[in-house]
Amino acid sequence: MSTRGKLGQTPSQTVGPYFAYGLTPQQYGYDFASIVTPCMAGPEVEGTHIHIAGCVFDGAAKPVNDAMIELWQADATGRYPGTDGVNNRFTGFGRCGTNADGGFFFDTIKPGIARPDDAPFINVTVMMRGLLLHAFTRIYFSDEVKANAHDPVLALVPAGRRSTLIADHHAAGKYRFDIHMQGPQETVFFDL
Amino acid sequence: MLDLNPRDWSSQPAYIDSGYRSTALRGPTRPLIPLKPALAALDGPVFGHEMIGALDGDLTRNGQRNGAPLGERIIVTGRLLDEDKRPVPGALIEIWQANAAGRYIHKVDQHPAPLDPNFFGGGRCLTDSEGRYRFLTIKPGAYPWGNHPNAWRPNHIHFSVFGRQFATRLVTQMYFPGDPLLTFDPIYNSSPENVRTRMVSSFSLDVTEEGFALGFVFDIVLRGTHSSVWEKA
Repeated sequence: MSTRGKLGQTPSQTVGPYFAYGLTPQQYGYDFASIVTPCMAGPEVEGTHIHIAGCVFDGAAKPVNDAMIELWQADATGRYPGTDGVNNRFTGFGRCGTNADGGFFFDTIKPGIARPDDAPFINVTVMMRGLLLHAFTRIYFSDEVKANAHDPVLALVPAGRRSTLIADHHAAGKYRFDIHMQGPQETVFFDL
Repeated sequence: MLDLNPRDWSSQPAYIDSGYRSTALRGPTRPLIPLKPALAALDGPVFGHEMIGALDGDLTRNGQRNGAPLGERIIVTGRLLDEDKRPVPGALIEIWQANAAGRYIHKVDQHPAPLDPNFFGGGRCLTDSEGRYRFLTIKPGAYPWGNHPNAWRPNHIHFSVFGRQFATRLVTQMYFPGDPLLTFDPIYNSSPENVRTRMVSSFSLDVTEEGFALGFVFDIVLRGTHSSVWEKA
């Protein structure tokens, strides 16, 4: 591909330690409305309501208390909000900063599938101080063994690392999904 | 069918940067797994005007308690474009920054410079039909940080940007022309040398409003699209 005559892409920089009051203000008690929160689906949204919680860990296995996670997902029928005809009560987009223990959570619905071969999944963007370029990953679900087995993206991931992308269904409607930036459990990140 | 251009890795910092200490334990160490365009293609979230408050783009007013904030008023404006110079309309741009004294309102910021009771430091807007955005704010001050002895961040404004697609997400920082601290800043210098200046705004007398505020222009360039290459199934 020729790059002649093209503008150069703007470089990425870290979100830094002080994003909270600008990007997740309500969560941290700042006097500024949040345009997006971790509560992505009110009771009126159709679908299976789920709670996803986890922690972000650094390469020394210490919790990261200044990370920000964004989710972007399809609704229960597998369609992304913003597409024509999709119920706009579900925005499909969520954002949560980590707490002092590195923890984050989202209240959402289980996504449907957009393409027949896909397993249900949620797109994840990870940002933090010390991360110069955000990292993309995905949340799959441990109670979707059959669908996960034929998902085309999971198939690209070495078998030994797939578990880093699969949220653990540990109680009714509750999933655990930790993010490890480095180490033996380093989460799989994608180049999109 | 149009596919998103790949991320231009020659324009991006490495995840682990020896000058920026916090990257050592936070940047991924294993190669990213590439997704083919057909698997990566996904429109991103859409934001509406109803989400943006009347003062969200005016940081000189959205934090006022008992008067105007201290510091130099500035206008920061520019266009959100793709690599082929096509404007990206209706995109959400969020910014956050220190006050004129170099202090963030963030509870964790312990720099002993004064908070300004009339300055909050966060703002947002949507780009217009030509991809333009505009903020009125106060020029942020420089501040020290703990990365290395006598380390100071240059004056900067943080930018968070959504393009049309999920994968065009960008978080960056805008700097000011002629700042002597740029030479010494590991975060600015984490970007390859030949592309760093893309993050430096330009002073513009045309944007400057007489008797009121200095003008700076900062254009932001996201990945573009190209015709998809036919692939056999």
